[in-house]
Amino acid sequence: MAEVSKGIAEKWGLVVDQDRCTGCNACVVACSMENNVPFTGEDNVAFGRGTYWIYNKRMWEGTYPEVAPAFQPVMCQQCGSAPCEPVCPTFAAVHSEEEQINLQIYNRCIGTRYCANNCPYHARQFNFEDPNIPEPMNSYLNPDVTVRRRGVMEKCTFCVQRIVAGRQTASAEDRPLRDGEVTPACVAACPSDALVFGDLSDPNSRVSQMAQNERQYKLMDELGTRPKVTYLKGGGRNGG
Amino acid sequence: MAAETKLFGKLKTSEQEHEDPKEQLMFDPRPREELNRMVMEMMTTTTRKFWLWAIGLGAGVVVLLFGAWGYMISTGMWVTGLRRPIYWGVFIVTFVFWIGISHAGTFVSAILRVFKSEFRRPFTRAAELMTTFGLAAGALYPLIHLGRVWVFYFMVPYPNARWLWPNFRSPLVWDLLAITTYLLSSTIYLYLPLVPDLAMARDRTTGIRHTAYKILALGWRGTEAEWFRLKKAIQIFAFAIIPVMFSVHTIVSWDFAVSQVAGWHSTIFGPYFIIGAILSGVSAVVTILYVLRSSLKHMDYFLRPEHFDALGKLILVFSMSWAYFFFNDYLLGWYGGEAAVRQILTVHATGPAAWVWYTMLICNIVIPWLTLWNRKIRRTPWLMFIITLLINVGMYMERYTIIPLTLGHQRTPFDWGVYTPQPIEISIVLGTFCLFTFLYLIMSRLIPLVPVWEVQEGQVAHSLRKVGKAEVPSVTELD
Repeated sequence: MAEVSKGIAEKWGLVVDQDRCTGCNACVVACSMENNVPFTGEDNVAFGRGTYWIYNKRMWEGTYPEVAPAFQPVMCQQCGSAPCEPVCPTFAAVHSEEEQINLQIYNRCIGTRYCANNCPYHARQFNFEDPNIPEPMNSYLNPDVTVRRRGVMEKCTFCVQRIVAGRQTASAEDRPLRDGEVTPACVAACPSDALVFGDLSDPNSRVSQMAQNERQYKLMDELGTRPKVTYLKGGGRNGG
Repeated sequence: MAAETKLFGKLKTSEQEHEDPKEQLMFDPRPREELNRMVMEMMTTTTRKFWLWAIGLGAGVVVLLFGAWGYMISTGMWVTGLRRPIYWGVFIVTFVFWIGISHAGTFVSAILRVFKSEFRRPFTRAAELMTTFGLAAGALYPLIHLGRVWVFYFMVPYPNARWLWPNFRSPLVWDLLAITTYLLSSTIYLYLPLVPDLAMARDRTTGIRHTAYKILALGWRGTEAEWFRLKKAIQIFAFAIIPVMFSVHTIVSWDFAVSQVAGWHSTIFGPYFIIGAILSGVSAVVTILYVLRSSLKHMDYFLRPEHFDALGKLILVFSMSWAYFFFNDYLLGWYGGEAAVRQILTVHATGPAAWVWYTMLICNIVIPWLTLWNRKIRRTPWLMFIITLLINVGMYMERYTIIPLTLGHQRTPFDWGVYTPQPIEISIVLGTFCLFTFLYLIMSRLIPLVPVWEVQEGQVAHSLRKVGKAEVPSVTELD
């Protein structure tokens, strides 16, 4: 179920400018709030069961004493040829034809966790427990996003609910979607403008322009997954 | 020249000493009625020890397997040691282990039957039973490891209200189909040669047992036509089940080989897993034969050092083939030069869990290669019991290396992780071992574990044939 082209215009993509990223983790928080990502608690995070649809890899560059932190926000790369899709026995990991992104259908998922093993980016998260949301906290939940129960996989959807809402608004006003009209929560929250989202099929969109940048690279491009997230990283300490 | 002849002459006499005709089951015939009586006694004798074991194992199944599994279902997968990035742990390890074990039952029975190896006769059924129960234990794991086991039927292809069909590109669906096919065909293959023995048991029992055997024996009378058809059916099944057997473990290996995971993505996994499965399975046959021989009445008449000897030779050959595939897998990974694969190979040998890797090598290569060349060792059942048990420990370690240890060291060092099995997981694993042993124990008192008609056929109808220097009994003329 790799990418299909049926004359569909949209091809959503994301550009991550690592040279601009300050590692503030605002994207992680915004994503959790937007997508009802459960807070699993300190112990679970320490054990390796923290659930994040986007997480920030903190690495070090250079040798002591000339070291600087380097940040790499990683989310689902929305592969054009996604390794997680063919291995799912129940079509829970599917490619959406309209948005050309990879979606997880929670109520089809039986929890084999095969997709998570096969994802080279480790972008998929498993719900080891039911989400624990105490009384006043449940009012923060986003009604546009399912609350997942235990035993299912979940992952970044490029905030598909926002894409759909944007498309519906545009269609109600009888006009095409404007560039920058749809922003996922992480992009909206990024204070340093390190994340840019838009339609890759439009060559004039900001994201298409940035994806052409000479600093661009794709994560593990050699695997042939055709990711729709482009990273920008220059050579020097303070960016190229 | 003279010295040489003398040497050869001496060798020959020592060989002849070993081959005391009375040592072989084929050359030590007993009257038909006595064989039947021995098998019936074997089946109906229950000691106090038997009941203690049965109750203990039954309790193990209830508490360790179903109790722990029920607890896991009711509370969630957090009770396991799984964590990012290791999403498959001992459940899948034990799954592959049981499927591997179940392999050799058919291998020993069908392949040796097809090649007319007469030494197979007394233990084909013990091996086939191991296949069926190994599959029964192994087939639980694809259910146990699911996050939402209560909707497992989403994987089953049937017209449904969801209007959804399973994804036939997923190796997990292949698994489901292959295992179901294998379970059905191996059960039929177990049942076919059982029919005459069930009829034998029917004629020698009363009461409820008589009724049960009467139904199961399908009115067998032992006419010429019935024997003819039975033999045809067995022959067809023996040939047909071999490709099924090869396909099952190849498909299990494809769970790993078709993925994108570094260290799994290997074209050699199919034959490598099959050889590993046969090595662990034939070893498990020997382990079980030893237990049967020392616990069942009259079993030491049917199972003799010659059988351990022959199976020991097989194990040695398969240990060598396994070593070939093992090093081939590593060689290609190393030569391919993908950084992640090289990293994994290094971590296996030098990382914190390197003891798993070395245990695997010692148990699978060093121990069989140092011991099994020796005829005396091969003919000592208790030594064979220990050696084969160790080989299966090694094979378990092999699967452990391939699954959690490889998953923990993928391409991005930021996402590396360590996996430790948790008590619930260990309990479920032990529970399936209890289940297997329990089923086997109960079955040993319900059906004749020795295919007595096959033994009689071999004893009565064999002729001697020269294979190389040795003379072996052969029943070729019959078929």
